[in-house]
Amino acid sequence: MCGSNGRLVGRLYCPMKRDIFFKQCSIVIIFAWLLFFALLPFTLVLVGGFLTGGTNEFLSWHFTLQSYADLFQLLYLRIFLRSFYLAGITAIICLILAYPFAYIMSKFSENVRLFWMLILIIPFWTSSLMRIYSIIIVIRVKGWFNGFLLWAGLIHQPLHLMYTQTATLIGLVYTLLPFMILPLYANLEKFNWTLLDAARDLGAKQLRRLFKIVIPLTLPGIIAGMLLVLLPAMTMFYVPDILGGAKSLLLGNLIKNQFIEAYNWPLGCAVSVMLTVVMVVMIAFYWKMTTPKERRELM
Amino acid sequence: MNRFFKLIYFTLVFVFLYLPIFIIILYSFNNANFSALWHGITWKWYRLLFSDSAILSVTVNSLVVGALAATFATAIGTLGAVTIFKYRFFGRKLLHGLIFILIIVPDLVFGISLLVLYSMLHLHLGFWTLLLAHVTFCIPFVMVTVYARLKDTNKHLFEAARDLGATELTVFWRIILPLMVPAIISGWLLSFTLSIDDVIISFFVTGSDFQILPLYIYSAVHIGVTPEVNALVSLIFVATVTIVLTAYYFLRKQHAKMG
Repeated sequence: MCGSNGRLVGRLYCPMKRDIFFKQCSIVIIFAWLLFFALLPFTLVLVGGFLTGGTNEFLSWHFTLQSYADLFQLLYLRIFLRSFYLAGITAIICLILAYPFAYIMSKFSENVRLFWMLILIIPFWTSSLMRIYSIIIVIRVKGWFNGFLLWAGLIHQPLHLMYTQTATLIGLVYTLLPFMILPLYANLEKFNWTLLDAARDLGAKQLRRLFKIVIPLTLPGIIAGMLLVLLPAMTMFYVPDILGGAKSLLLGNLIKNQFIEAYNWPLGCAVSVMLTVVMVVMIAFYWKMTTPKERRELM
Repeated sequence: MNRFFKLIYFTLVFVFLYLPIFIIILYSFNNANFSALWHGITWKWYRLLFSDSAILSVTVNSLVVGALAATFATAIGTLGAVTIFKYRFFGRKLLHGLIFILIIVPDLVFGISLLVLYSMLHLHLGFWTLLLAHVTFCIPFVMVTVYARLKDTNKHLFEAARDLGATELTVFWRIILPLMVPAIISGWLLSFTLSIDDVIISFFVTGSDFQILPLYIYSAVHIGVTPEVNALVSLIFVATVTIVLTAYYFLRKQHAKMG
């Protein structure tokens, strides 16, 4: 039995009974917790998609493929597409906003970086609902944004942003921007800037240096950021709830409604499973595009 | 020119990030119910806040769940990180995978998964179901934080302790835990902040008899949030900034001392 932690202990000391007891206890605690509160519930959702909704219980044990077949109705397909579209646009806007930001930040000295990092994170320790809610004051018809544009003479009629997809987009970008900045920053922080000097010495122009060196080398950060923005963007049901109105329902609203309002749990489960499949595909893509070393650096 | 551009860019991003917070604070002084129009300054909402038992009780609920969830998650997560770090056992890969999945899976999917579990077990939704959910979603974040620090510590310390006759339990209490204190503190704080701001998971796993602040706000957004909530959130914001800046000040001091 020395082998169990022989690497640490060496040959002379066999672990005593209570050592083995300690080891087994720790393994059992963490394992049991995660099996019961993570693996089991996820499995139940997977199974739930194949069950029928009962009258007394929300799921009854009659197997059917109906819920998965229902997914292909035009109504739901439209929500999927819109959800992917909105999440995709959100991710692209976040990337465009975050990349220069992370780039500039990574060039500061260490103390300054820590300071800006805190300034960046502090808003996210304030109620996210209230922050989304107060965006209304900015973008409503008589809001600050329209007031500013009218004052500057850029528009002559106020923009109707509330309860549109644009409003949802603004909310999503606002909430998810840091999730793009942080992985990009983690990547750029370790960037070897002397590579750029070498490229300049060899005659590469500024744009060429950016597209041939900086962006390819920070690709793991870009993909990780896209992943961290795309996935939650499809599920943050409270953003369209508050800003977007019925016209910009996300996958998240669809799932939530099946569980809370329509009481069609099997369909809710099926949509969640589909969402998870999308997630797995994206993670697989990330795995393919990065090396283990690059992944370790970002985690 | 380049410097100027950078400054403008940074300013715009921070205006974008801080504008809603500025509005929350500004409207906590607005002398009007619900209205988005400005009616002059008042302290009324702060006074009313402290006599409004409904808001105070949901706030206390949030803080209690946050503190308990953070404490349990930190205990289990720390033990878990040490286990994964030190031992090789059957199912270690599965454990790794589960933690990764818990971090990456959208909150919504996790929330409904637990709802399905609880309903199959016929559990009454309320304090306990909420607490168990919060503990579970905080565990991976603690584990990642503690594991990162374990990787950076000198492994010979553990070997030396074993050589001198310490049992595994002694090594855990006397060597590992003291070394992990910074990671444990940040894990706890991270869990606490995640827990008290969670909307999506909590929405599914608590019942009407145990309300927490984010859900109280969520149920109010359609009819209009009263400025009392603005006042409360402003107070929380000021408290957070104070704590963070104090921590930053001490960290910097410590950093300066070390080198």
